[in-house]
Amino acid sequence: MSAWAGVLWRDLRLAFRRPGQVVHPLAFFAVVALLFTLGYTPELGKLRQIAPGVLWVGALLASQLSLDGLFREDAEDGTLEQMVLSGQPVAALVLGKTAAHWVITGLPLTLMAPVVGFALGVPVAAMPGILCALALGTVSLSLIGAMGASLTLGVRRGGVLLSLLTLPLAVPVLIFGARATELAIAGEGLTGVLYLLGSLAVLALTLAPLAAAAAVRIGLE
Amino acid sequence: MVRFTYTNRYPRDANSTVRYKVLEVIDLTLCRGARPVLSGLHFAVAPGRCLQVLGANGSGKTTLLRALCGLLEIDGGAFRWKGGPVEPRSPEFQKELVYLGHDPPLKGDLSVAENLRFAAVMRGIPRLRRGEAVSAALREADASRFADRLARSLSAGQRRRVALALLCLAPAPIWLLDEPVTHLDTTGLALVTRLIEGHLQRSGLVIAATHQDLGLPSQARDELVLSRRAA
Repeated sequence: MSAWAGVLWRDLRLAFRRPGQVVHPLAFFAVVALLFTLGYTPELGKLRQIAPGVLWVGALLASQLSLDGLFREDAEDGTLEQMVLSGQPVAALVLGKTAAHWVITGLPLTLMAPVVGFALGVPVAAMPGILCALALGTVSLSLIGAMGASLTLGVRRGGVLLSLLTLPLAVPVLIFGARATELAIAGEGLTGVLYLLGSLAVLALTLAPLAAAAAVRIGLE
Repeated sequence: MVRFTYTNRYPRDANSTVRYKVLEVIDLTLCRGARPVLSGLHFAVAPGRCLQVLGANGSGKTTLLRALCGLLEIDGGAFRWKGGPVEPRSPEFQKELVYLGHDPPLKGDLSVAENLRFAAVMRGIPRLRRGEAVSAALREADASRFADRLARSLSAGQRRRVALALLCLAPAPIWLLDEPVTHLDTTGLALVTRLIEGHLQRSGLVIAATHQDLGLPSQARDELVLSRRAA
């Protein structure tokens, strides 16, 4: 088993022991979306218009919830130090932890989106497109988040700073993601936007682990 | 100003360092922020020897150990290992050492065996030998009794024993130990002595930051005293 897969399995096992890590972002996502139906209008026609924004902002904020602990928990109990000292490439360890974060939050949020979308009046025909867009978008969000989490590793109570760092970087994902969802709801082709979301994910996949690895090294000093 | 007293019982013969696994520290300078913690530090540790780092609280014992394993960037000086210069952050060098900090590096929600198994994955022990390596390490550290308990449910002394099992997991010639005997009872202390002696006999080397007597024979033990004078 390579190092990154080892880290991925360990983090998934830990999440399984503490199911709250998976459940809380999902509940948050659902509540935020439902607050819109209560606060704005119960009319499905109007809700459908704001559904893309609600879905994506909700997913974006929900994926932020567990970011703060991504590296901090391991740094506090000393296991991060040991991982870095194992002689394995730090970028691979970061990638493993980020992959675990996506499986724990990004994937469940994606799978939850049709349910929330249904409450916002999104037609069933739009669901496959929305699922694809969110699956690609949440990959980027986890990677960008890992970068922010590693940068705020040395900061006490870095939660707010973390959001301030990652949210601007997540703007392109939000724009293309919401556009893809809009097109899916309108029943138009969304392949082009999905390509753009995919390329953002690839870009993040290439650069974020390296940046986060450097930041983790500094954070441990 | 920082003053060092170093009693070196190792012969200063340039050629001998090439043949043996000697760790040398040359003119090391370390700062925390703008404040110099250590400067102009020289020493060498030969295989089969334990260097005990002494010094008042805040004199830089932990800082020195963290710099040796590459967690801290050094502000000056160099390290040599097996006669050649070495970069402490290089994976090759890091595979040669084990570092144990103040607190045992354990994940509370994983069992002791799972913690060790993960450490074995990280150290690159092949899958088939992993289970065997983990149980051997637990036996050696006398921690097999609580192998299946969650690390969070252990007492401080038990956690320390599991940390000792981490030391035994993969053979690495350099052991860097920060306060290895805190929280241990007398049998635990004897265990640390036994483990270190065994390691020294396998011509490993140990750098330990502790004020407690590790019970090692004086011919295997060197001392490095870090002391701080008011500037």
